[in-house]
Amino acid sequence: MLRRTPLHALHRELGARLVPFAGWEMPVQFAGVVKEHLAVRGAAGLFDVSHMGELRVTGPEAIPLLQRLTPNDVSRLRIGQAQYSALTTDSGGFVDDIIVYRRGEGSFLLVTNAANTPADLAWIRERGGPAAQVVEDVSDRYALLALQGPRAVAILGGLTPLNLRRIRYYRFADGPVAGVPATVARMGYTGEDGFELMLPAGKAESVARRLLEAGADAGLIPTGLGARDSLRLEAKMALHGQDIDRDHSVEEADLGWMVKYAKGDFIGRDALLAQREGGVARKLVGFELRGRGIPRHGYPIRVAGEPAGEVTSGGYSPFLKKSIGLAYLPAGATETGQGFEVVIRGRAVPAEVVPTPFYARPRKRKKRKKRKKKRAAAASTA
Amino acid sequence: MIPDDLLYSREHEWLRIEDGGGATVGITDHAQEELGDIVYVELPEDGLELESDEVMGTLESVKAVSEVFSPAAGTVTGVNAILEAAPERINEDPYGGGWLVRMQLADPAGAKDSLLDAAGYAAYLDEEEDH
Repeated sequence: MLRRTPLHALHRELGARLVPFAGWEMPVQFAGVVKEHLAVRGAAGLFDVSHMGELRVTGPEAIPLLQRLTPNDVSRLRIGQAQYSALTTDSGGFVDDIIVYRRGEGSFLLVTNAANTPADLAWIRERGGPAAQVVEDVSDRYALLALQGPRAVAILGGLTPLNLRRIRYYRFADGPVAGVPATVARMGYTGEDGFELMLPAGKAESVARRLLEAGADAGLIPTGLGARDSLRLEAKMALHGQDIDRDHSVEEADLGWMVKYAKGDFIGRDALLAQREGGVARKLVGFELRGRGIPRHGYPIRVAGEPAGEVTSGGYSPFLKKSIGLAYLPAGATETGQGFEVVIRGRAVPAEVVPTPFYARPRKRKKRKKRKKKRAAAASTA
Repeated sequence: MIPDDLLYSREHEWLRIEDGGGATVGITDHAQEELGDIVYVELPEDGLELESDEVMGTLESVKAVSEVFSPAAGTVTGVNAILEAAPERINEDPYGGGWLVRMQLADPAGAKDSLLDAAGYAAYLDEEEDH
C-alpha cells in the first residue's frame, strides 16, 4: 500500500499523473515535465516533497552525537541556520545525504530522503550509542512544500509577514504563511532561488492552495518529481541511490567541501582523510553527450575502450537542450575535455567531461563583478 | 482522439495504408500522452526490412525510454526527418506532422486483418485502463 501525502487530494484535482516513488504515491508531472522545468527556471514552481523524512535530535548530547555521525561541523551552525551534510559509513560512503537544521541550542532537525528514513534511524540508533535513543522520527507531523524559482520571493512575500530578504541561503525562520505556522527555509533542489516550507501536515493543503492562487499571475504552477529530477541534474545536485550511496564516498562524490576534518573524529573520517590526502581513485563528474542519444542511469561507460562503470544520472536538459549526465570516472580521466563513451543500446556514443553545475542561475550584476575581481586577484597572485 | 480512417496496433501505433501497399506509421494520441514531452527520436534506416512487432525505433521523453514496434512486416521507405530537430511534433500532432515512418508492406491484406480498427482500438484502450 502506497503512502499518500497530505496534498494527495489536491494533486488529483490538479490533474497530476501519480506514480509510486520511494513507497509513496507522488505526482511525477502536472502540465508536463518540460513546461514545469522551464516554469521553475523562469518564474516559479510548487513541489510537494512531503515524502521527505524529518528526524528530531534534542538534548545536551545532540551536538556530540551529530558531530560523530556527520562530516560537516554542526557547531558552526547558528540557531536558524541549516547545512548540507551526510550520515557517513566507516568507509566514508553515504548512508544518506541530509540537511541539518539547528532550531535551538541543543535542538536539531534532520531532513532525510524518503526511502532512507527508516534505515537512517536504524543507523543512528546503532552507531550513535545511548545518546541516539532520543532521536525521534517526526516525519508524519510535517508536510514539506518547495516553492522554487526567481519569483518565489515575490510570491511568498505576499502571504507572510516574515522579511524574506533577511532569510539568506541555508537560513530559516519560523512564522505564519497564509495564516499557518511554518518554518521557512531558503534552499532547494533545483538550482534556483526559493524556499522549503515545513508545515503542520493537516494545514498544508490550504497553504498550497493559497500559494498557487497568489502566484498564478506570476507564472507559478504545480510541479512534479519529473521536473524536480531534471532541475537538480542541471544543478549537479546528487541523488541518493543513484549518484551517491554507501559504496561511493563523500570525497569521490566531489562533495569534500562538506567534510570538516578539523572538527575532530566522526564516522568515516580516516577513510575520507586518506582520500583527501592521497587522492581518490574515481570522481563524480558531469558530462555532455557529443553524439545523438540520451544517457540514462545505469548505461555502461567506456574510457579508452575499457569498461569504467555506469552513468549514475543522465537525461535531457530542458533548459540547455542537451543530453547531460553524471558518472564516476577513474582518476586521471576526470579533467574537463576528457573524452569517453556511453553505451546506449549497444552503440558507443562519444561524451566529454564538462564543468559543473551544468546550469547556474544568473546572479545580480554587482555580485558577479565582485567575484570576477576576486578571481582576477586570485589569478594574479597564483 | 482516435481517427476513423486508420488502423491500430496493440502497441499503440497507427497505420495508414495507401493504394499499392505503402503505409505511414505513427504513434497514437494515447501513446504520446502516456509518454509525455518527447525529446529524442531514433528511427530506422531507409531500406530496413522489418518483421511485424520488431523494434523499429526509440522515443524518449524527459523521464522515459519507449520502443516503437513495427505494426506490420515491410520495408522502410522513408522517415520523418524533421523529428530529429523537432521531436515535440509527435506530441503536438501525432496523426499528422508527427508521423514516424513510411513503409512498403509485405502483405497489406494480412496487415489489415491483424490490426484493429478505430472502434477496436477504443475498446482495447478501455480494457487496458481497467487492468
